[in-house]
Amino acid sequence: MNMSSRKIRILLAKPGLDGHDRGAKVLARSFRDAGFEVIYTGCHQTPEQIVSAAMQEDVDLVGLSCLSGAHTYLYPKVAELLKENGADDISVIGGGIIPDKDFQPLYDAGLKALFTPGTTLESINSWIRDNIKPRG
Amino acid sequence: MKELGQKAMKGDIRAASRLIRNIEDNIPDTNVAIKHIFPHTGKARVVGITGAPGAGKSTITDELIMAMRNMNKTVGVLAVDPTSPFTGGALLGDRVRMLRHAEDPAVFIRSLATRGAMGGLSKAVGDGIHILDVMGKEIIIVETVGVGQQEVDIINHAHTVIVVLVPGMGDDVQAIKAGLMEIADIFVINKADREGAKQLYKETKNMISMGKWESGWVPPVMMIENVMEPHSFAKSVCDLCEKIDEHYKFLVDKNILADRAYRKVMTEMNDALRFAILEPIVEKLVSSGDFDEMIRQLLNKESDPYTLAENVAKKYMNDYCKTNM
Repeated sequence: MNMSSRKIRILLAKPGLDGHDRGAKVLARSFRDAGFEVIYTGCHQTPEQIVSAAMQEDVDLVGLSCLSGAHTYLYPKVAELLKENGADDISVIGGGIIPDKDFQPLYDAGLKALFTPGTTLESINSWIRDNIKPRG
Repeated sequence: MKELGQKAMKGDIRAASRLIRNIEDNIPDTNVAIKHIFPHTGKARVVGITGAPGAGKSTITDELIMAMRNMNKTVGVLAVDPTSPFTGGALLGDRVRMLRHAEDPAVFIRSLATRGAMGGLSKAVGDGIHILDVMGKEIIIVETVGVGQQEVDIINHAHTVIVVLVPGMGDDVQAIKAGLMEIADIFVINKADREGAKQLYKETKNMISMGKWESGWVPPVMMIENVMEPHSFAKSVCDLCEKIDEHYKFLVDKNILADRAYRKVMTEMNDALRFAILEPIVEKLVSSGDFDEMIRQLLNKESDPYTLAENVAKKYMNDYCKTNM
């Protein structure tokens, strides 16, 4: 049937110098199975590249994964650039090995949610279903 | 909605992308914007790239973008990947190969999921091309989903169709089958450093030599190898780029560009009729429960699809005539 219906679109990216994308690929697969459209963009990206891709792809959500410890710089930078480009209607979430003390600064920077090791795929999917409404 | 169209015409990335999404999502009134931009379309050159999954379409597209940027052309890309028939979800991974263009303002890349379309494209491709066109993109590359033998819708949209082949996919009977092997304006044998490439080259050449090629254009077969050797790979794709140019000039010189345009408007007219006539009726059938009832009748063999469809036609087409004509 061809009735109008918004589908959630998610951009999944690995910013910075981190080539370990097994987790990101598992997530991409899980998002696919949850019925989302996920644009997987791979490793070694700058925040600028990620933001530009997110705007071209008209996504509702950007998911960032980084295990190198640079999340305190890279994640806020993505949120900041989205804002600069008038695209802060796109939400940003992040995952990785994130120490507790980094949580608040990241939330303050505009991250909507953070997921650390041990998080189940289902809990991420349901967070998205509950919190991300396709825009407009 | 018209405003989105106007913004897209000024090159606004978000408006363009949103418009494409509205088409994908069947948002009502999106056609208002398309009506607005349609008179301004038809300037861009459209290149289609098709071939089996993993043949190297995205990697070649990435290098083609580079070659065209070196010629100072602005480039739009529509890259299609499959939607899951089970969950409706999709993993769109073509961008992974095209990262280096993310920050080039002259390049616009949009990933599309097939969402049930069967011809190797998404239904948003036709209007998506128009949108990139009015954004001012001079070259539009449409990368199809990884195809088998029959997904040939790309010929309805592209001026030049590139079919990417790789060694090891079958014998010479595969090469003379109908479908994919008939639609190429240019054949590319990718991964030509692999075993079987020469054999594939011969088979493809043989197949071509048996053809009639009434337009006078005989599809060239180009070998591309060594993706790990950036310079030789770039050089090969540069040659491909020249061939694309050559083909376009051929279409212009022989005055057959109009044939390609004819195919596109035929497709668009069919799609628009379906959208304006069939889809509203199907929506009514679904929302009234009549659709489920028809399915039930079929399952119980109480009726057959032809009778039911005729009944629907009698009911709704009469309504349509009364109210709209």
